[in-house]
Amino acid sequence: MTRAAWLFAAPALLGLLLFVALPFVLAFVLAFTNLRLGSPLPLEFVGLEQFHRIFSDPAFLRALLNNAVFALVVVPVQTLLALGLALLLNRRLKGLALFRTLFFMPVVFPLSLVSVVWILIFAPGANGMMNAFLETVTLGAWQPRDFLHDPVLALPAIMLTSVWQGVGFQMVIILAGLQAIPGGLYEAAAIDGASRWRRFWHVTLPQLRNTLIFVVLVTTILAFRLFDQVQIMTQGGPRNATTTAMYEAVQAAFARQQVAKGAAITVVLFLIVLLVTVLQRRLVRQEREIA
Amino acid sequence: MKRWWVNGALYLGLMALALVFIAPILLMVAGSLKPDARVLIEAGSWRALLPDSVSLRNYGDVFSRVDFTRYLLNSLWITACVVVLGLVVNAMAGYAFARMQWRGRDLVFGLVLMILIIPLEAIAVPLFYQVTLWGWRDTYVVQIVPFIANAFSIYLFHTYFLGLPRELEEAARIDGAGVLRTFVSIIVPNARPAFASVAILTFLTQWGAFLWPLMVTSGEAVRPLPLGIAAFYTLPPLQWGDIFAFGVMMVAPVLLLFLVFQKWFVRGVAATGVKG
Repeated sequence: MTRAAWLFAAPALLGLLLFVALPFVLAFVLAFTNLRLGSPLPLEFVGLEQFHRIFSDPAFLRALLNNAVFALVVVPVQTLLALGLALLLNRRLKGLALFRTLFFMPVVFPLSLVSVVWILIFAPGANGMMNAFLETVTLGAWQPRDFLHDPVLALPAIMLTSVWQGVGFQMVIILAGLQAIPGGLYEAAAIDGASRWRRFWHVTLPQLRNTLIFVVLVTTILAFRLFDQVQIMTQGGPRNATTTAMYEAVQAAFARQQVAKGAAITVVLFLIVLLVTVLQRRLVRQEREIA
Repeated sequence: MKRWWVNGALYLGLMALALVFIAPILLMVAGSLKPDARVLIEAGSWRALLPDSVSLRNYGDVFSRVDFTRYLLNSLWITACVVVLGLVVNAMAGYAFARMQWRGRDLVFGLVLMILIIPLEAIAVPLFYQVTLWGWRDTYVVQIVPFIANAFSIYLFHTYFLGLPRELEEAARIDGAGVLRTFVSIIVPNARPAFASVAILTFLTQWGAFLWPLMVTSGEAVRPLPLGIAAFYTLPPLQWGDIFAFGVMMVAPVLLLFLVFQKWFVRGVAATGVKG
């Protein structure tokens, strides 16, 4: 049995070994070298120098800040929006399936395409769609701005684009979580005379806890992986206002051939992802111990 | 009486929200059907969301300005290979972890679960260096092979196989079927939902892949659609009608699959949430 089992698992394990484990180890090795593609300098270990360099690089520091701001805004906004939509759609009413389809549709759109479409939405001048929309809802108070070239508005523009594309994904996960809540709990609460609000607060939310923690985890990690939108919509600009860790890593490794620096950035990225994941596991376990 | 009022308000609210949600999609579809100049002129009014003329000229222009067919075939080939090979390889691994007894199993599965949290972004740079050394850049192989084995797919298959009744395999074994035959003729047909979920998630990821192809390819010979649209957008003169026509053709296959297999898309995505 053991031999057959290894044969069954071997192709996948080999793939994971060569294309995840090996580069993962390599990332930690390269980050401590001076490796540059096509460089005449001999390869040598330089200790923490790459980390020293990236943490004194204003562009990288700005990138980390942008990732953090993105997470701090998008995670609560997108989670609450997804929760709201899921609650609205989680009832037996005719036609709601159609709305679920519409809200989910952007999820199947490639981010590259989404980015290009939203460039037109954020077009400068009174003729731009977002400008025209804001002018209408503010009854003319809004002055047209060039969103993607505006140091203050460029990052929010990318956030909005990302929320639009991603919220349907979260909504579907939360909807599945809602439907897994035993109906008996609501009946019991109703018998106890609990109001709608109290039922939401004392039945829905606690039952949904692990789902919500998961959604928050995934969205936070996505915030630190942010790349496609930045590459297409702003190239990190204006003046690093929208650069991200991943954008800086690609710039270093690819545009400037500084593989070691790029590796150091991705090591930092991994440590952040690890931290978020460990935090999530902790929170989930806590709840299981209580229950 | 009150319920009727509440439901009416709910529907109205949902319709307003839905309009906001599909506005960018309407903009794209309507824009692809009208003359390039009108797209910009109308972008600031509600007319941007409706086609005022129906002409397929922009679609023709896409084919004369770039090699759209090449991008499309590249995307189809890469995605098909990753999905099909991924289903085979990851399902077999998931089965070995879920239903076979072997020494070291739990340890190895623990390692797979640890690998699960490493995103592509965290290893993109060393992987880029690795494939450069191997001379893999600018090929299909470099866009396919690294993504066949997938820890998350293995995990999904593992979870599903664990839930199948033991009797299925026992009956097959009494009939004298070997491990491989049991897997192919008994397990696979009983695990269609797992295969559908993994296929859809892999398909969505690969169809939209941007970062990795950007790093390891140059020129349009092996580049997929996402790089195609990014390049087309920067190709002067800037013609929004053409760009949107490119976009519609790029998303049409996914959208079509989504509308036909919607139930499976939703289940596939919901399956990612059971991890907690």
